Amino acid sequence: MQTPTLFALLLLLILVAYGTGFSRAVAAARTSGGLRKLASLPSYYGLHTALWCGLPALLLLGTWLAFDDAIIRALVMNGIADKPDTIAGQNLLYAQVQNLAAGHLFGEASPQVQAAAARFTELRNGSRNLQAALSLILAIGLGAFTVLRFSPQLRAREKVEKVLRGVLIACACAAIFTTVGILLSVLFESLRFFQAVPITEFLFGLHWSPQMALRADQVGSSGAFGAVPLFTGTLMVSAIAMFVAVPVGLMSAIYLAEYASKRVRTFAKPVIEILAGVPTVVYGFFAALTVAPFIRDLATSMGLQASSESALAAGLVMGIMIIPFVSSLSDDVINAVPQSLRDGALGLGSTKSETVRKVVIPAALPGIVGGVLLAVSRAIGETMIVVMAAGLAANLTTNPLESVTTVTVQIVTLLVGDQEFDSPKTLAAFALGLMLFLSTLVLNFIALHVVKKYREQYD
Amino acid sequence: MTDLSQTKLTQQQVRERIEQRLASRHRKEKIFRGLGIASIAFGMLAVLVLFTDIISKGSGAFVQSAIELRVHYDEQVLGIDKVDDESLAWANFTGVIREALRERFPEASSRSEKRELYSLVSTGAPFTLRDRLEANPELLGQTETVWLTADDDVDTFVKSLSDSAEGFRGRTSDQKAGWIEQLMASGELKKRFNTTFFTNGDSREPEQAGIRAALMGSLFTLLVTLALSFPIGVAAAIYLEEYAPKNRWTDLIEVNINNLAAVPSIVFGLLGLAIFINFFELPRSAPLVGGLVLTLMTLPTIIISSRAALKAVPPSIREAAMGMGASRMQVVFHHVLPLAMPGMLTGAIIGMAQALGETAPLLMIGMVAFIVDVPGGITDPSTVLPVQIFLWADSPERAFVERTSAAIMVLLSVLILMNASAVLLRKKLERRW
Repeated sequence: MQTPTLFALLLLLILVAYGTGFSRAVAAARTSGGLRKLASLPSYYGLHTALWCGLPALLLLGTWLAFDDAIIRALVMNGIADKPDTIAGQNLLYAQVQNLAAGHLFGEASPQVQAAAARFTELRNGSRNLQAALSLILAIGLGAFTVLRFSPQLRAREKVEKVLRGVLIACACAAIFTTVGILLSVLFESLRFFQAVPITEFLFGLHWSPQMALRADQVGSSGAFGAVPLFTGTLMVSAIAMFVAVPVGLMSAIYLAEYASKRVRTFAKPVIEILAGVPTVVYGFFAALTVAPFIRDLATSMGLQASSESALAAGLVMGIMIIPFVSSLSDDVINAVPQSLRDGALGLGSTKSETVRKVVIPAALPGIVGGVLLAVSRAIGETMIVVMAAGLAANLTTNPLESVTTVTVQIVTLLVGDQEFDSPKTLAAFALGLMLFLSTLVLNFIALHVVKKYREQYD
Repeated sequence: MTDLSQTKLTQQQVRERIEQRLASRHRKEKIFRGLGIASIAFGMLAVLVLFTDIISKGSGAFVQSAIELRVHYDEQVLGIDKVDDESLAWANFTGVIREALRERFPEASSRSEKRELYSLVSTGAPFTLRDRLEANPELLGQTETVWLTADDDVDTFVKSLSDSAEGFRGRTSDQKAGWIEQLMASGELKKRFNTTFFTNGDSREPEQAGIRAALMGSLFTLLVTLALSFPIGVAAAIYLEEYAPKNRWTDLIEVNINNLAAVPSIVFGLLGLAIFINFFELPRSAPLVGGLVLTLMTLPTIIISSRAALKAVPPSIREAAMGMGASRMQVVFHHVLPLAMPGMLTGAIIGMAQALGETAPLLMIGMVAFIVDVPGGITDPSTVLPVQIFLWADSPERAFVERTSAAIMVLLSVLILMNASAVLLRKKLERRW
């Protein structure tokens, strides 16, 4: 049976179960003298039956669908006598088997593949039939059992609410699963990478050129995985971005919070927030096609040599992107500073700017620092702007007019396109991802902690 | 006495000093204020420059040059004698177009001149003729005037004429430019509304490239994202806000959510690649996987905004419902949730807008494929609008710059629409207690 049909059938069964439970309860109420003789409302009896009918069957089906492909693959591959050693070769062979089974393979298939394809079809059909049979039996059996066990004293509402509560908890744990998933996915591949390339070379090596030899006898392409040029490139672009975003963002937040009239505020704030809603790919396009040529021409007219993919262009545009981030976070913390502090300073005769500089900013400093740290973590992880406007060459330089590359750019270039999953080149992307995840994690953690402490101070 | 005079002198000095200092303090005040205004102006200028740049680059792509030709559906040139599916597939429509072009400009005689001539119309033009003949079989053997899409070099040249008298030549020769100007003068070359841009998928030829496939891909991806992230996010918010006891476990969940909100989006792409594609072997380039990845990415946003919406419902509502004998679950689902819904929907729309503009994680899971066909479901290979923009931005043809900007304009309009509706929804439905 096809999976969609099975789902539809299960849905139908669930509806039937609800109806049966409901009418059972109504009938019981009629014979025993009114709804108040029941422990719960009839709809809860319906839900109770529907949950017993549907939930276990759907869980079974979900698990089955998640693992059946992998199990079938393992069974089929075990049946093949001489299979290639590499994962890529095995993938190719398995794809051949699948294509043959689906009926579209060009050219002649070897008898071995044909046998495997037959086995594949047999296993897949068996699996589909079994999954349909099992889940339907489970649904009907448990549904019928619940209907038979019905009694007016059954506390259906409490049972239903218990299940719903479990569902809510599971959803809340999705965040934890995601974090664990991220950690596992980057950690395992990184460990495999560090088996091929020593971690010290990765962290302290000065040369990055992730080409791997296609053949063993190829010359001069052993690959170098020293990530220092990527780290410095990332730091430089982020530093340029922060150099733009922090002063502009902070000053505009101060102006909006302390000086601006209500009219200016209601107009200027949303306009600047527009910058936060523009997709990063648009900034990337803007940086690559407008800002970078402009900077190159400007540098040339000043007698300087600038690359057409300069770090300055990428950093500048990234800074513009981060302005609203810094300004709205600073705005929050500046507004959280109690008015009494300002009144006190003004009452002692200080001007408005002195109040801001000597009282409001120091009081809001932890919050501002937290916001800036969050902005830095944003800049480090930003991808599209640097992919489109910064270069690919891993230069170890301090000249912002030269082209640099960043961690995120390398992750994208290593993973986009055809890839083999056992080459250090692909695994390097996961090692870089691990670095990225860890550094942003630390920054976020400190920032959130600082902001939280600061909030408690004035609450 | 000396003492007194000295004091007097000092008082005067003090006053002078105070006034001096006051002047400098006021000057500083002005500078500080000026810096604030300058920052605001810088931000607004950035918005202005960004938008005018995109619009000035992209508005041209909504029109497309087309050439009017008298086409004779000659059976001999076409090589068919009746109109059916098979013969249409074999028919030589290119020959018909070449014939018509030679007739219009008989002066082209040498091979290279003819090649120049043939390159006036798009390589997609034969399909236009095929569609016309398929719709009207009686045209076979007849002659009619049709508008055929011009080649992108022609289009670029025509559009650049408005900037300078010379125009941008590129690969266009003098003779070809002469033909084009002749056609323009006689009204046989016109800029018409570019419907192809909205009805086609991607193409290597700029004049045939459109955003339909990318738009549908975005739609499917967003549907998957919405279907998963909204229920899960709301459920998580309800648990954390209404049920969760204050303990370590709850703290851990909260720290996790706040952290995930700040994790770079590309890391979610790595997760999608390693888990959804390599472990669960879901299809690459599919909106299903894209939607899953974007779900994980937008969940924190939705959870945080849903919690804020739940928090805004006053406790008196809950107490009143409990007083009437409702269970905890009934209080939440019958009373609190409906009141918090507008706020939650606003958060969901903002989360979806964020997901719609996201590019980097989708590159990781292979949604950068060259997609010509419009995807029909969530497991078909497809791309999304931002990725399409990324792909076109890399293309060297001048006409693609224009199309990239136009695609950006479409993307931005959708985003503005979504955000505006979120604001409107909040204004309309939000209740202040």
